[in-house]
Amino acid sequence: MKLRELAHARTGDKGNSSNISVIAYDPGDFAFLAEHVTAEKVRTFFAGTVKGKVERYELPGIGALNFVLHDTLGGGVTRSLALDIHGKSLSSSLLEMEVPDTQQAPQRTKT
Amino acid sequence: MRSIRIGSGAGYSGDRIEPAVELVEKGDIQYLGFECLAERTIALAQQARLANPEGGYDPLLRARFEAVLAGCAKRGIKIVSNMGAANPVGAAAEVARIARELGITGLKIAAVTGDDVLAAVRAGNYPLLERPGTIADLEGREISANAYLGVEPIVAALRDGADIVITGRVADPALFLAPLVYEFGWSLDDFEALGRGTVVGHLLECAGQITGGYFADPGYKDVADLARLGFPLAEVFEDGHAVITKPPGSGGEVSLASCKEQLLYELQDPRRYLQPDVVADFSSVHLEPDGHDRVAISGGSGTKRPDTLKVSVGYLDSFIGEGQISYAGSGALARAKLGLDIVRERLQLTGVKTTELRFDIIGVDALYRGPVGNQPEPMDVRIRVTGRTDTMAEAVRIGNEVETLFTNGPAGGGGAWKNARQVLAVVSTLIPRELVNTQISYEVA
Repeated sequence: MKLRELAHARTGDKGNSSNISVIAYDPGDFAFLAEHVTAEKVRTFFAGTVKGKVERYELPGIGALNFVLHDTLGGGVTRSLALDIHGKSLSSSLLEMEVPDTQQAPQRTKT
Repeated sequence: MRSIRIGSGAGYSGDRIEPAVELVEKGDIQYLGFECLAERTIALAQQARLANPEGGYDPLLRARFEAVLAGCAKRGIKIVSNMGAANPVGAAAEVARIARELGITGLKIAAVTGDDVLAAVRAGNYPLLERPGTIADLEGREISANAYLGVEPIVAALRDGADIVITGRVADPALFLAPLVYEFGWSLDDFEALGRGTVVGHLLECAGQITGGYFADPGYKDVADLARLGFPLAEVFEDGHAVITKPPGSGGEVSLASCKEQLLYELQDPRRYLQPDVVADFSSVHLEPDGHDRVAISGGSGTKRPDTLKVSVGYLDSFIGEGQISYAGSGALARAKLGLDIVRERLQLTGVKTTELRFDIIGVDALYRGPVGNQPEPMDVRIRVTGRTDTMAEAVRIGNEVETLFTNGPAGGGGAWKNARQVLAVVSTLIPRELVNTQISYEVA
């Protein structure tokens, strides 16, 4: 299944690096996310976009992971040639990541 | 336990104005903060001030103060804002003028200056944070350098009886932390309290981003009434714990999910959130539902403040030229790719010198990053070519080569658009805090 079924995410920018929070809808899924959404997998997912290292910080108290993607924004918000200079949409990209189909996704009314 | 209520009236310089009025009228607040200064904004403001010495403060300052000043004066709500940008003294004078025009008297307006450290930064030739090199490598093209000030001058102004405090560059959370330090008498070496107050400031500083803005995702995260999004306020207690909420009847939501997203926004190491007043630790922050549209925030701490202050340096970097044109229907993607190939070849044939080039298909690969499976072909795409050049003349030629696809390119190209601009970029450095001398001046309306 897609990561989007289990987690929500938000991107922030600082200089030429981007941070993406990945937050479990159900805090009980934190351990699953910590196992399957690693810094290495995020780096591979964003191959070609991330030029630097990827760091991961764990916040089990709120069921969240925080990824810091270094050298990712084409020189930073003020220099980037990208359409999305802040990288705001990177969170939506990351939620497309495939994770094992073992967890129960929250019930949703599809619109 | 004593508490105060602080509202957040803007999350960036162009933000909506009515939600701030709603906070004043229905929020039962004692303080209203406006965060209006993005990284590059102050460099743009410095350019504006060079053109007009009376200007250089936030272009929406008048509109914002005209909207909230009478309500704030009537209720005794104090305002703290970085709308002073490159000219806090000029901004304070303008606020005094607006007050007089509205028939408000007796307001004391403080202007905090001293964040402009261009001379010190040039003299010290400090290393750049984002890339190798030093200030000298900017070759004199720097036009502004502003240190991120902490709470001290804002607290001093509040102690002097200021009703309104206008600053230039200060750390965004400091706009909200300063009233807490003043009201609760927190010591500037009580790093645990300063850390907790920084959590509150961080949650408030982007206004609508914690009340359901930058959040909604239909079917996954549904948010009601975003057109009337309410801006947040925090009820903060003397020990630094707080409740985040919003005015009754406003749109949006304050939920665990919205607060978690904002807690981590623009954060790197959650244990070391570097601020001028404290190194805040967000790792122990605890969030708890506290009724409808109310989330209680507790925990959080901090350690000793850094010896250096971060400085944003604005400089004239390069030029960017850009062009876009759209294609529709079956075969649109193939025509878009053909269009990009033609522009790529034309830029070579005509010798446009670029140091960086980017070719996007909007609707396919302009935003999305990551692996792609088999997608249905889009019926509506837009190509975008962007390049960096050393001169404006060459930047203009990039957009021209996209525009000429109208008559020389693939079938059915429509909606061409082009642009060329000089890049005012920002880099950062650190300077010893002793080099920064803040001053406060006052206007009385």
